[in-house]
Amino acid sequence: MSIKLNALFSDSYVDISQYRDQHFKGNRYEQEKLLKQSCTLYVGNLSFYTTEEQVHELFSKSGDVKRIIIGLDKVKKTACGFCFVEYYTRADAENAMRFINGTRLDDRIIRTDWDAGFKEGRQFGRGKSGGQVRDEYRQDYDPARGGYGKLVQKS
Amino acid sequence: MSRRRHSDESDAGSQPHKRRRTSEPIEIEDRLESLICRVGEKSTSSLESNLEGLAGVLEADLPNYKSKILRILCAVARILPEKLTVYTTLVGLLNARNYNFGGEFVEAMIRQLKETLKSNLYSEALYLVRFLSDLVNCHVIAAPSMVAMFENFVSVTQEEDIPQVRSDWYVYAVLSSLPWVGKELYEKKDVEMDRLLNQIEGYLKRRQKTHVPMLQVWTAEKPHPQEEYLDCLWAQVQKLKKDRWQERHILRPYIAFDSVLCEALQHNLPPFTPPAHSDDAVYPMPHVVFRMFDYTDAPEGPVMPGSHSVERFVIEENLHCIIKSHWRERKTCAAQLLSYPGKNKIPLNYHIVEVIFGELFQLPGPPHIDVMYTALLIELCKLQPGSLPQVLAQATEMMYMRLDTMNTTCIDRLINWFSHHLSNFQFRWSWDDWADCLTQDIEKPKPKFVKEVLEKCMRLSYHQRIVDIVPPSFTALIPANPVCSYKYGDEADSSLPGLAMTTTVGNAIKNRASNEEILIVLKDVPNPNQDDDDDEGDGFNPLKIEVFLQTLLHLAAKSFSHSFSALAKFHEVLKTLTDSDEGKLHILRVLYEFWRNHPQMISVLVDKLIRTQIVDCAAVANWIFSPEMAHDFTRFYVWEILHSTIRKMNKHVQKIQKELDEAKVKLEKQQNKKQRDSGDEEDMEKNSEDEEGQLEEQIERLQEKVESAQSEQKNLFLVIFQRFIMLLTEHLVRCETSGIDINTTWYKNCIERLQQIFLMHHVIIQQYMGTLENLLFTAELDHHILTVYQQFCALHL
Repeated sequence: MSIKLNALFSDSYVDISQYRDQHFKGNRYEQEKLLKQSCTLYVGNLSFYTTEEQVHELFSKSGDVKRIIIGLDKVKKTACGFCFVEYYTRADAENAMRFINGTRLDDRIIRTDWDAGFKEGRQFGRGKSGGQVRDEYRQDYDPARGGYGKLVQKS
Repeated sequence: MSRRRHSDESDAGSQPHKRRRTSEPIEIEDRLESLICRVGEKSTSSLESNLEGLAGVLEADLPNYKSKILRILCAVARILPEKLTVYTTLVGLLNARNYNFGGEFVEAMIRQLKETLKSNLYSEALYLVRFLSDLVNCHVIAAPSMVAMFENFVSVTQEEDIPQVRSDWYVYAVLSSLPWVGKELYEKKDVEMDRLLNQIEGYLKRRQKTHVPMLQVWTAEKPHPQEEYLDCLWAQVQKLKKDRWQERHILRPYIAFDSVLCEALQHNLPPFTPPAHSDDAVYPMPHVVFRMFDYTDAPEGPVMPGSHSVERFVIEENLHCIIKSHWRERKTCAAQLLSYPGKNKIPLNYHIVEVIFGELFQLPGPPHIDVMYTALLIELCKLQPGSLPQVLAQATEMMYMRLDTMNTTCIDRLINWFSHHLSNFQFRWSWDDWADCLTQDIEKPKPKFVKEVLEKCMRLSYHQRIVDIVPPSFTALIPANPVCSYKYGDEADSSLPGLAMTTTVGNAIKNRASNEEILIVLKDVPNPNQDDDDDEGDGFNPLKIEVFLQTLLHLAAKSFSHSFSALAKFHEVLKTLTDSDEGKLHILRVLYEFWRNHPQMISVLVDKLIRTQIVDCAAVANWIFSPEMAHDFTRFYVWEILHSTIRKMNKHVQKIQKELDEAKVKLEKQQNKKQRDSGDEEDMEKNSEDEEGQLEEQIERLQEKVESAQSEQKNLFLVIFQRFIMLLTEHLVRCETSGIDINTTWYKNCIERLQQIFLMHHVIIQQYMGTLENLLFTAELDHHILTVYQQFCALHL
């Protein structure tokens, strides 16, 4: 009886994005397979001051949170504006992608994306200065993310 | 530059390049699907010309793609009810051009209807019935045969020993189709229709309505009564009948094609017998119609149709259908809601807000996850920044004004929604408008609501932020700064028992002592409860728990992660210390004392303690009902903890049940394989026998596990209900003997929390009804308490 009406069952908020982790150990196919069954989300554009407690409160709205790993500056070991949120079930993570992605936390629009799974070391920023790559090169002034981008600061 | 296609790494997921051959069958089928699904959407041409064009295309494709077209049309009938009349018109046009196709479509729809009813897909079945009835308007189905089907539906009310929800559904299916087809049926068969309506009226008068109070969002009749859904629909149909079935809201594209359609030959519906009732039939639960607005609330612009007008019914139905179709994609959902056809004649924003809150507050539970509604309202505000936020503010204000009679479960959801919504808009709100709550007792609904909202706002931000956003007059309602309360700190009284030990324990922890080493250190902690001749000191020792846990929590107070790590590291110690029921209760007490200003931390730590099996669910329930927690008994966080605990218990049972089912399936497969492979070499037979034996053992173990888990689950509910009964009975007796009114704020909260247990976990609780009735909810119980149980039973009658 059921018929796959592609036009109708759109669930685009849950689709995997174009981003692929360049440090992933495995090929593209393996990474995509993991992304499509993952219960872990990457959360970006956080303020450096956003706490684990705040993240927990917000992301608990789509289901029970298994763990949160706050992203750290590799040098300073302080929060550098991203985190991972792992759920017990895929369904709960999907609801976060549908209803929490693109809304505000600490007055900032946050972005969530599927993650292949936390591995030790991935909690550190990969920018040259220790924070995230995006904070190396950005030109704007963002008081919640250390002010100007690192490149601008050095000049 | 090379014009050769290169395969892009990032394209790995997309389809390989397609050769453009327009006669590919798959492509044509996709095109047909797309054409049919999209008809009725925004277009440069009129709807009529689009329908005309599409009918022509489909007619031409019938010879080769008939079954595909049939399937697509059946599917859109079932899952796109908001476009009902667009598709019935399309089918009408096709029927006019090809009588046989019309007949086949009707047959396919009947088959689909039977299947949806058998599969407990009652809302889809409803859309199919409505579709069929609108096909009468399109001259596809003969009116008398539709009336005959309705007569068969209504005769279900004469069946004996059936759940009321069964006959309810069949009556609802008939009544809810009448806005579309009432006029036509009355024109052709008024005598039969009158008889039908009389029968329905008789049924509605004698049916039970015990369940209604449990489902009402507000207990007050003013300003809008919360009507039972069948009663409301009946009133709407009555009014429609009085207006001689004149209905002007529904978009009817078939009217434009009347000259073509009335030439068509009609089909008779085959006689349709509703499938018999079976024990695994799950009929929809009754509901109450949510109303918060009327024509006085929309200040300018089009007037809101009255509560008993059929227009109101149709608008609400359509808006619910749109949400049902698009809830996963909030931008699309918002856009579809705002482009509702006929929106210029109604105060659409008010309807949308009312329907959304209606779903959010629906009892027992909303049709979709709560956070969806928050996200949807934010999208709507983005799309209509000049008008929707004002309606939303008006709605919020109205709900604040009516908090005194709002169901506690709904207040919970309002608190969650409002705080989350505010966090997306810099917490901007005119708090001063609510200054009236400051003069009330802090336990009253209004100040309590504001307090809980501010607490939730703080969780999404931080304490100082909340201090900054409210006027100084609101200071009493600001949540406590979420810092810990370490009783063994520098200001501790030097005579405090165990104080010296905390330094020893603290140092041991800092020096990375193992679990065994800590236990050895703790041996020196005296037991205040105990006689000297218990040498081992292994019994319950509250002081040990306090010294260790307070010190540990203090060292790990920095964040959730620190605390989780601490609990994990010293799991063994904690398990040893809390080996008894008293131990489990005490660890919760100590945790509460330490983190009493940080309810969020208490919640997450209780969660971890359960998941790591340091405490069991019943211990948490007992703790919540203990005298020490009495002053926090009406706080929202306490009930969040309890419901989270119950949910964990339920998920645990489900998980083991699933493992058992999977093992059984595996065994069956193994046995089938054995049958097929019998006669193979000895080795293989022996191996498969071993495997079978292993599986059987595993199944036995899992069976035991399931039974044990279910027993724990039943016990949890028994504990909770027992405690409620004790507390409530105490209150009722005390009031009776002192001659005071039982309806205190505390009582309203407590009795509605009891209701909430039933509502939030009704599926599971149903399994244990027998035990509950025999052990707890007996006739000797005070009728105030027993009523709650009876209302719950009535939900499934």
